[in-house]
Amino acid sequence: MATIKCPQCGEEIETTGIVTVCPQCGTDLREVMEEVGHARAERMKTIARDDSVTTHEFIVRTRDLRKTYVMGEVEVPALRDIDLDVRRGEYLSIMGPSGSGKSTLFNMIGGLDKPTAGRCFIEEVDMAQLDAFELAWLRCRKIGYIFQTFNLIPVMTALENVTLPMIFAGMGTDEMMDRGRELLELVGLGDRFDHKPYELSGGQQQRVAVARALANAPAIVLADEPTGNLDLQTGKEIIDLLKELNESSGVTVISATHDLKMIDVSDRIVHIRDGGVERIEERADLKLEIGTLGSEHVED
Amino acid sequence: MLDVKGLARLASGGAEESIRIQKQMALPWKDAFRISVRNVTIRWGRAMITASGIILGIAFLSSVWTGAVIQEGLERSELQQVRELAEATAGEGAGEESAEAVLAAARERAAARASRQAWLVIMSLLVCGVGITNAMLMSVTERFQEIGTMKCLGALDNFIVRLFLIESAVLGVLGSVLGMLLGHLGMLGIFAIRERSLSVAAKMDWGDMLTYLLISVLIGTVLSLIAAIAPAVRAARMRPAVALQSEI
Ligand SMILES: Nc1ncnc2c1ncn2[C@@H]1O[C@H](COP(=O)(O)OP(=O)(O)O)[C@@H](O)[C@H]1O
Ligand SMILES: [Mg+2]
Repeated sequence: MATIKCPQCGEEIETTGIVTVCPQCGTDLREVMEEVGHARAERMKTIARDDSVTTHEFIVRTRDLRKTYVMGEVEVPALRDIDLDVRRGEYLSIMGPSGSGKSTLFNMIGGLDKPTAGRCFIEEVDMAQLDAFELAWLRCRKIGYIFQTFNLIPVMTALENVTLPMIFAGMGTDEMMDRGRELLELVGLGDRFDHKPYELSGGQQQRVAVARALANAPAIVLADEPTGNLDLQTGKEIIDLLKELNESSGVTVISATHDLKMIDVSDRIVHIRDGGVERIEERADLKLEIGTLGSEHVED
Repeated sequence: MLDVKGLARLASGGAEESIRIQKQMALPWKDAFRISVRNVTIRWGRAMITASGIILGIAFLSSVWTGAVIQEGLERSELQQVRELAEATAGEGAGEESAEAVLAAARERAAARASRQAWLVIMSLLVCGVGITNAMLMSVTERFQEIGTMKCLGALDNFIVRLFLIESAVLGVLGSVLGMLLGHLGMLGIFAIRERSLSVAAKMDWGDMLTYLLISVLIGTVLSLIAAIAPAVRAARMRPAVALQSEI
């Protein structure tokens, strides 16, 4: 911890290096932090940077990523040396049969579990280098999570669920409520602010989860079988919502799935099997395939 | 149809907006308190089951103490009668001796009661401790999924611990007050029936009584706080993937 003083408004700010902007007047504090010799400032520049100035082509990279679960005497290899580059702004689907390692990969990219070996970079930051605080910060602001089982907090209303990550991010109450309502309206739940999860259908719950994932304007939306518990039509609606989001805001969507409806909207599809990448399909190739089949799926 | 422009603005945050929210990670006490109290009030039935350990333990404790205070009151008034009788019959000689004997017997009984009571208090504290620890362990374990989700949303370990500690304090106060009333009124009822009159309430020292009742509520609250610390810290430290995977 260190206390620094904002050069603009004189506000005293206690910081561990994560705060790079004055909460009072919005002045950039990185230079001051460097002046006081703050050890973390340099590193934080990389993850706390505003998206508009970030230009890495790959938002997520994994190198020789391996995860082996040990169950008693038995070792279960869930991921075998995955090398994956995810481009900024793309809609990437991870396809594979049940047990192929999709959720494990989701956990590694999302910083929810530690790999047995190998590295995972988010915006060129090696996640293995982050401490607990920095990991929480990353989960809070850089990544939005969507689960197969929706995972809404059961005692909270839709609006409270959506604003929870904003509380953690330290947003003010008024701004938080406005943004929460706006997000819920955008996912089509403008009339369901005060409904509890059990008062909503599966599709509606997943919409709340999508709104919640966007709470702190993440760079990545990570989804693990987001349509797995939904019927065909509702699943399609969630996929369309994710796609629309991806196209309009440029947020990178990474979705584990074995739902074939995802193929239509994906820029790339990574097929994994037995914990390894089997092949990667580009949308360009897909279009060609579909084109030769004479389907009217080709849009744009 | 979706408002695409709005979506773009909201989802990407916009430069100024994302700058404004780049403060520290926070869970203000008022939000933590609101969430924790909500957890208790909404899952009322669940909360009462969790609190039953506290209720039973504190009911036991407060009934022991209530019994003791009532007994003391009864004996005091009995002694008073003996003294009055002795004074009234003073000079007749024989009364003096019997009054002495009654006093000695009373003192003996009081000593025996004190040691029996100490055992009962220790027993009830044990019941309390086991009941509360088990209750807190349950209430944390059944919410692993929720804890995992909160960690995904950016909760620091100490946010989780804070939520559970507030919740256990709320449960502790509620359960202890309930248990205290239960034990107190129950014991009062038993004595009233045994003596066939409500005069027991008039005979006891209410100052002592209130002190004991207050202490039993305090003990219940503190015990439930202490019992919540270990499971809450353990749950908060779990890797999110592990917490999310646990089936209930
Ligand atoms: N916590 C765990 N402990 C042991 N083995 C696990 C664990 N999680 C996953 N596995 C194993 O790892 C492999 C990949 O699982 P997972 O990533 O969940 O696959 P998918 O999400 O594609 O269905 C499976 O063989 C599964 O049994
Ligand atoms: Mg899975």
